[in-house]
Amino acid sequence: MSLFLEQLLNGLQFGMMLFLMASGLTLVVGIMNFINLAHGTLYMAGAFLAVTFQLLTGNYLLALGLGIAATALLGLLIEVLVAQPLYKRDHLDQVLCTFGIILFLNELARMIWGSAPLRMDVPKVLDGSVDIAGIGYPSYRLAIIAVSAAVAIGLHLVITRTRLGMLIRAGAADRTMIVGLGVNIQLLYALVFAAGAALAALAGILAAPIFTVQTGMGDHILILTLVVIVIGGIGSVHGALVAALLVGVIDTVGRVTLPAGFGNVLIYLLMAMILFWRPRGLFPAHG
Amino acid sequence: MKLNSLIAATAAAAALLGGVAAQAQEQEVRIGLLTTLTGPLAPLGQHVRDGFNLAVEEAGGKLGGVTTKVVVEDDQLRPDVAVQLATKLAERDKIQILTGVIFSNVAMAALKPAVENKVFFISPNAGPSQLAGKQCSPWFYATAWQNDQPHEAMGAHLQASGVKKVYLVAPNYNAGKDAMRGFKGAYKGTIAGESYPSMNQLDFAAEISQIRAAKPDAVYVFLSGGMGVNFTKQYAQARLGAEIPMYSAFTIDAITLPAVGEAAVGTFQSNLWNADLKIPANEKFVAAFQKKYGYLPSNYAAQSYDTARLIGAALRLSGGKADDKKAFAAALRNAKFESVRGPFAFNSNNFPVGNFYLLETVKRAGGKVEQVTRKTILTNAKDNYFGDCNMAGL
Repeated sequence: MSLFLEQLLNGLQFGMMLFLMASGLTLVVGIMNFINLAHGTLYMAGAFLAVTFQLLTGNYLLALGLGIAATALLGLLIEVLVAQPLYKRDHLDQVLCTFGIILFLNELARMIWGSAPLRMDVPKVLDGSVDIAGIGYPSYRLAIIAVSAAVAIGLHLVITRTRLGMLIRAGAADRTMIVGLGVNIQLLYALVFAAGAALAALAGILAAPIFTVQTGMGDHILILTLVVIVIGGIGSVHGALVAALLVGVIDTVGRVTLPAGFGNVLIYLLMAMILFWRPRGLFPAHG
Repeated sequence: MKLNSLIAATAAAAALLGGVAAQAQEQEVRIGLLTTLTGPLAPLGQHVRDGFNLAVEEAGGKLGGVTTKVVVEDDQLRPDVAVQLATKLAERDKIQILTGVIFSNVAMAALKPAVENKVFFISPNAGPSQLAGKQCSPWFYATAWQNDQPHEAMGAHLQASGVKKVYLVAPNYNAGKDAMRGFKGAYKGTIAGESYPSMNQLDFAAEISQIRAAKPDAVYVFLSGGMGVNFTKQYAQARLGAEIPMYSAFTIDAITLPAVGEAAVGTFQSNLWNADLKIPANEKFVAAFQKKYGYLPSNYAAQSYDTARLIGAALRLSGGKADDKKAFAAALRNAKFESVRGPFAFNSNNFPVGNFYLLETVKRAGGKVEQVTRKTILTNAKDNYFGDCNMAGL
């Protein structure tokens, strides 16, 4: 029983991490109708920048903050230089261009930081374990769950209770209408893109002490993130949360209960089934 | 007039070409170094290239006294690219020796063009079981190991130390299954459980929970590159190392250790080489490598350095003639050089007979994390496949 609980916790933690990635991407894809494959690259950028800032400042929280801020700026730069001219073009152009960004930034990271993996240590305070029902669960992973949950609540409040959130929801539901109502759509797009970049950076930095910081680290997580936003319904943050937790738990439980190789197929099976019965995902954002 | 100038041009061209031909007759050995220089596993290729170049440089650019030309190519860890590049190296660059290949799938692909062009393929790392056994070839030499050997070594070590229950973790692809088969061949205790995560899996929390619940006496891990780094860090974060010590092969080495850091302290590895081996040639190699490149060599660099020195010794023995295939093959098999890994000889399948060591990762007083050699697990070990090899003549 305690093993099952532990695996559930593992799934929850993995799902929460996916949520951080998916919440940003689902907004970018849903509101701007822009396929941003470079979202995983922003995850990588956040991790690399935070490692560098930690080396420079020696302070984890400072590195976390600076890493997020710098990646948000990078996101803004990409929005202005690459995304803006592409909003009106078709999806294939967007895919090609953002794929180009992946190649470019991966190579740039290799030139700056080298191809050997880098290390970011768990902050000292969280470098222990907490006893939950007889299992010593790593505190750092609990902290990831807590931070992601706080982000989820924050996002929920912003989206349901503020004017900005109203515009975001309106943008996801009917873009033409909010332009017609005189909303500065360019600013809204830039803000959402930068916020998405910041969330990706947060995910990358939180993941850095658990995973390897190296070029290409964002490519694999991008695929899982795409699965999550497709299951959740593109443009819906609530859908992203539910789908991320579903994917996290199903992937984890599947991996340990099914024969090797089958566990990893489960989430794709889930996606196929949901696309069959609900082609717009669990929580479709568009009217 | 026009005809005259044409004749003149032809004459000039003939003279130039003749000059090239004359130059080629002067003794020269041309080596193709085909290795992985892009992608997440690029550091391995960098070590292989740097180790080889160091040996060439120490020989004054003349391995075995013969002017040495090394052409470096990047296989991108793709068998199709490897076939093209091996063909190009053989046909256009006229190489006599192909080396540098790290991964077995790349080696299997590159072997065919090498054999067709009568090029000696001396692998500094890849040692697929097929080439050690039934498909052994007089054109293929391995200077490191047969792939299963580090796993057999660790299996033998755990067996000899009386460890009763082991949990196994390896990636879910052929080499992962082969590795665990190699381990089980030498380890006769209980297998408490097995996990085969998919390639490029990032998070091992689920597997680590399974290990904790299975309560084995040890865990044996074969996860290369980033997977190994992730697993080792997460295993340390789960605080399991003290109860269930972690043993591994191809997981922690000089390349991954900086990324793993203190999480690796207290874990054990099997390897054919370590920087601290007290062999004069090795002490010289480690010092020279660090001085030239500014980083610690890994076993990949050591294996490639050895390969270059083997080629040098063979050239000296054959009188510098890499083009006399029979003489050079005999020289390769009989070449004597002081290997940085200890004793070295070729078995009947052109795979090495050598030692395997148990390494432990420790933290030094200054905070530096490094691997130290604890003991020799296997002495003059041969692989399990040479009996199936019926070596053909050239």
